[in-house]
Amino acid sequence: MLDCSFVDLGLKTYREAYQIQLDAVKDVVERKISTILFCEHPLTITIGRSGKAEHIRTPRSVLSKNGVMVCDIDRGGDVTLHAPGQLIVYPILDLRQWRQDLHVYLRALEGVVIELLDQYGLVASRKAGYTGVWIRNRKICSIGIGVRCWVTYHGLSLNVHIPLRYYSLIKPCGLDVSMTSIADQTKEVMDLGLIKQDIIRLFKNTFNLRILGKWEPQPVKV
Amino acid sequence: MKKVNREVLLPDLGEGITKAIIALWCVQPGQDVHVDDDFVEVVTDKASFVVPAPQTGVVQEIRYKEKEEVAVGATLAVIESS
Repeated sequence: MLDCSFVDLGLKTYREAYQIQLDAVKDVVERKISTILFCEHPLTITIGRSGKAEHIRTPRSVLSKNGVMVCDIDRGGDVTLHAPGQLIVYPILDLRQWRQDLHVYLRALEGVVIELLDQYGLVASRKAGYTGVWIRNRKICSIGIGVRCWVTYHGLSLNVHIPLRYYSLIKPCGLDVSMTSIADQTKEVMDLGLIKQDIIRLFKNTFNLRILGKWEPQPVKV
Repeated sequence: MKKVNREVLLPDLGEGITKAIIALWCVQPGQDVHVDDDFVEVVTDKASFVVPAPQTGVVQEIRYKEKEEVAVGATLAVIESS
């Protein structure tokens, strides 16, 4: 069983949240108490270790002029995008106390999201060779992780009601893929606080967590 | 005191993972390292994995370049300790 706390960071810049993750990784390596962070980011494009600059379709000068952050980062994967309306989950999990297997962990994250979406009446699935969660041939959740001393960071981004037009700025994951969101599928805007509660329950079951402390959702002001 | 060489291996990253790509060396030949310092970052599929230094010493040899593919169990580098 993994001891774990949940922290809702609310709206945080990518850089701020990244530093919080690195600090949390150090803490988890030493104290062996995992932490799962929730947040949303302002409009930000990130390029993972397998990313190519040409997968950003808009010149960086134009992005910068429009206040879009671009960050090169140390997660697996290619280019992705974050903005309010997309729920970010950064699990800082001690895999030494679970399973030391990167693929099993990636598949477990996909499983959490597939089960979550099933509760909302959406049939989502994995796609062999393409990490993430898909609704038919459209991607609803991107996943990319980093692991240090078998403690995870980075994680998953689930499109809840993010404006899908933002994705025209990039070639998501370096693929010619169409993105979707929960709102796009259900035509409803779901409460992020309720989704977070459901995610906590699913993480608890999937990773056999013992939840420490009290969890309070942070309202996000955009 | 006798100096001992220790190989830094690409660890088992999980079932079905046979290879990874060197993403970033965090150290250089001749550099002092401490046990558990970030040593080299490798990537596979959608995961990046930081291999820690297995012991304190001096980096003697680095055997692969960044972007090269390596097999699980391969010797990535050698650390000399006294």
